[in-house]
Amino acid sequence: MCATCGCGTDETRVTAVGTAAVPVHAHDHDHPHDHDHPHDHDHPHDHDAADAPAHPHTHTVDIEQAILAKNDDLAVHNRVWLTERGIVAVNLMSSPGAGKTTLLERTIREAGAGRCVSVIEGDQETVFDAERIRDAGAKAVQINTGSGCHLDASMVRSGLEALRPANDDLVFLENVGNLVCPALFDLGEARKVVIISVTEGDDKPLKYPHMFAAADLVIVNKTDLLPYVDFDVDRCERDARSLNPNMTWMPLSARTGDNLGAWYDWLRGLTPAAD
Amino acid sequence: MHELAIAESIIDAVLERTGDRSVTVVRLQVGRLSGVVPDALTFCFELATAGTAIEGAELEIAEPTGRAHCRDCDVDFVVDDLILLCDCGSADVEVVAGRELSVTSVEVA
Repeated sequence: MCATCGCGTDETRVTAVGTAAVPVHAHDHDHPHDHDHPHDHDHPHDHDAADAPAHPHTHTVDIEQAILAKNDDLAVHNRVWLTERGIVAVNLMSSPGAGKTTLLERTIREAGAGRCVSVIEGDQETVFDAERIRDAGAKAVQINTGSGCHLDASMVRSGLEALRPANDDLVFLENVGNLVCPALFDLGEARKVVIISVTEGDDKPLKYPHMFAAADLVIVNKTDLLPYVDFDVDRCERDARSLNPNMTWMPLSARTGDNLGAWYDWLRGLTPAAD
Repeated sequence: MHELAIAESIIDAVLERTGDRSVTVVRLQVGRLSGVVPDALTFCFELATAGTAIEGAELEIAEPTGRAHCRDCDVDFVVDDLILLCDCGSADVEVVAGRELSVTSVEVA
């Protein structure tokens, strides 16, 4: 990572576990970052002539473009590509350690989804999660985002090219553990799932409203630990519904298997295209 | 820190239109419900524009207020956060403003 600004000079990498990492979209940026211009900006900017234009030596170019237009276009492309192949893509988001990978491992081992599963794993570093998925019995590709805090549609496109899912598969897009940034980026998925675990506290929906507002399904994981923590499931659901009245709410335990039937039923009801 | 990715997207969108011309001002709309923090974006923008034709450009950010429409009582109201509840008690509410995230215009030299 660039020590000056934290930007991702170290490139996103895609690894089909068991093979060498391949850098993708170089974001070429061969920047020296020496950046020694003083930024003193001591030009007067006083513009005291009332009738003078604000920027007398410049002219205005209208742009009128959504900032995320490029990502959104790529996401549409991904969605069409997936839908044409009958593939269901589910974007899984949570904070680190909420149990995304554990839930996927169990889902794969129990063949609970009713479709063949493959996974695109997003993490800043390591291929640990892709290895866990492979060991559970599914195809996996690891995307390492370097300093990046979320998956974007371009990374998912590269991931799909490396993963080569079969027609009618279920592809999980396991996002980088983060309850903030992934909420803004459409990946082309059919559904967004947010997982919160009871050890994190029941105040998360109101603390991270964008994430919960975007979710189709909210899973409360680690319900086996409820006797040991102060987590008010009803309060958490009420808060999440105040942000998103139409989401599906699903407490479960990926470790003990409690209520996993509801998760499997939900997965089996999915169709490739988002509504 | 998705603001860095947002800043890079802004730079791409602007450079596509302005090429090598020097850009002195970039104007954005960042709605109050957009999930993007203007201060963080300004910080990232300055870093990410280094070495580009936009380096040193001033960022002018308009922050449209959040507004929602209640389908039950047919009233528009201001929302400061994403808790979408009308005074009438209805949650059947649609956000009509505040999610803007766009580049509106630039000044080129």
